[in-house]
Amino acid sequence: MDYSQFLVMKQELALLVVFLLVFLYDTFMPQRAGKALPVVSTVLLLLATAAGFCSHCLGSACAGEAFAGMYATSPVITAIKSILNIGAVIVLIQSMSWTGSEHMRVRRGEFYELLLVTLFGMYLMISARHFLLFVIGLECASLPLAAMVAFNKDRYESHEAAVKYILTAVFSSAVFMMGISFVYALGGSLYFHKLYAALAAGQHSLMLTLAIAFVIAGMGFKLSLVPFHLWTADVYQGAPTPVTSYLSVISKGSAAFAFMVILAQVFGSLYSSVWEWMLYALIILTITVGNLFAMRQTDMKRFLAFSSVSQAGYIMLGIIAFNTMGMAAMMYYILVYVFSNLAAFGVIGAIENATGKVDMADYRGLSKTNPRLAFSMMLAMFSLAGIPPFAGFFSKFFIFTGAINQGSIAIYVLVLIALINTIVSLYYYLLVVKAMYISPDEPAIAGFRSTCGERVGLWITVGGVILLGIVSCVYTWLLDISFFSTMASYFV
Amino acid sequence: MDIKAIMLLIPAMIMFCCGVYGFITRRNMIAILISLELMLNAVDINFAVFNRYLWPDAMEGMFFTLFAIAIAAAETALAIAIIINLYRSAKNIDVRDLNKLKF
Repeated sequence: MDYSQFLVMKQELALLVVFLLVFLYDTFMPQRAGKALPVVSTVLLLLATAAGFCSHCLGSACAGEAFAGMYATSPVITAIKSILNIGAVIVLIQSMSWTGSEHMRVRRGEFYELLLVTLFGMYLMISARHFLLFVIGLECASLPLAAMVAFNKDRYESHEAAVKYILTAVFSSAVFMMGISFVYALGGSLYFHKLYAALAAGQHSLMLTLAIAFVIAGMGFKLSLVPFHLWTADVYQGAPTPVTSYLSVISKGSAAFAFMVILAQVFGSLYSSVWEWMLYALIILTITVGNLFAMRQTDMKRFLAFSSVSQAGYIMLGIIAFNTMGMAAMMYYILVYVFSNLAAFGVIGAIENATGKVDMADYRGLSKTNPRLAFSMMLAMFSLAGIPPFAGFFSKFFIFTGAINQGSIAIYVLVLIALINTIVSLYYYLLVVKAMYISPDEPAIAGFRSTCGERVGLWITVGGVILLGIVSCVYTWLLDISFFSTMASYFV
Repeated sequence: MDIKAIMLLIPAMIMFCCGVYGFITRRNMIAILISLELMLNAVDINFAVFNRYLWPDAMEGMFFTLFAIAIAAAETALAIAIIINLYRSAKNIDVRDLNKLKF
């Protein structure tokens, strides 16, 4: 065996090194040093991000494959992994005060180890070009997350959320693997490129439609697309806030990208005949139902859960676009979504840490007592809703443009429906702003100073929300490296 | 005796459907977990049968089965751990009582 092929997996190796260092630090350092663990792991992950990104910029391993094509990497894949890494770093920064608290003392290390392992699983999922590696990555990404959801051992809600998460996760992966078994029966291999060739040459059968439906359903659970979204709100509400924010951006972003890889590289030849209309219906349902349910939520975490359901629908527009621009727009959308959603979760986490309140009614008059938090929340809401100067507007703009470039009338109608839903979503995002700025403030939360980590996290995310839209080179760069090809080589 | 692939695939499919049915109708979380296990094992049988009967020249299906068994074991272990935690805090593992988080 040629061991040099491991060198292709630079980003994974960097992450593994971080994991090992955190693990050793947690195990062997004395009890007092444990307090520094949040800072140590954040810095290490930041270094790993920089290292992975630099190795890309220096061009040493822009594209390559390992293990007979089971694993592949390319500039696009490096970029999406870096985006996930940046998001994970922000989550770690924001969660510092939570993990630093006294009741987390014995479990502090586990949180970081589990988080790094899920990130590793997502990397494998994104880079996999063989269904075996893909399933391992998928499970590696979703199982430790269940343990993270159950992290608040003294709260009943955390356990209930974890049970709901693990049962749906296992159910969805069983459905997904059933789909793969049908695909295997039809294609005779588990390599993406061999399956593509076999499916393109073969006849369309009912079994193939069923297989694709199973695969889409399995991934739909992970992405919380609408008929499969019922776990989302409960899990988001019950999980500890840092885990919720991790679940809503990083896990979702990686699953979206992996979903696109599967649909393009395995089922690419069946786009118009089989899965376009499936995805079409899912997108309309996801955006609309997500919006309608978000309107009636009063708990902030549930509210953001349904908002993230509807955002997942917008992300899917980049997949149904089925072209290079759709792909670049989807990655840009994920990047912007990471910043805006983490800004919102940062504010929620800060308020929850200081006062324990998570209800929208508690946010009344927040602008008077905590003007900075209210301002960050407002920017996050504007960005999620897609109001012009902020990044969210540009990401929606690009993803709509990408979808329209596909050209068919049906997609025009789809984009129109998505556009109308954007206006609907403005209503409930503004409800939060109204509560903070306009509603009377008798029971307002008293002013408090948030901890250092929370402030740094909010500065980063708010900066991202404002700057990402204006600094246009980010999108141009993503478009430059995007290389959409249905014919599966190791590039997507 | 000549065993046809279909004679193995139909039981697998029945197992899968029983698993889905059990997942939806059972009230006890352990029973739900057993249903999930049925579904996962049906997938394993499918892979083994497709490999043996349709594509016997490579072993991909068998290897997938091996890995899937290990993954299923990990899933069950984690689910049991979470259910035990829930039992400690609620003294109950009936899914109908999981109703604190809902809209």
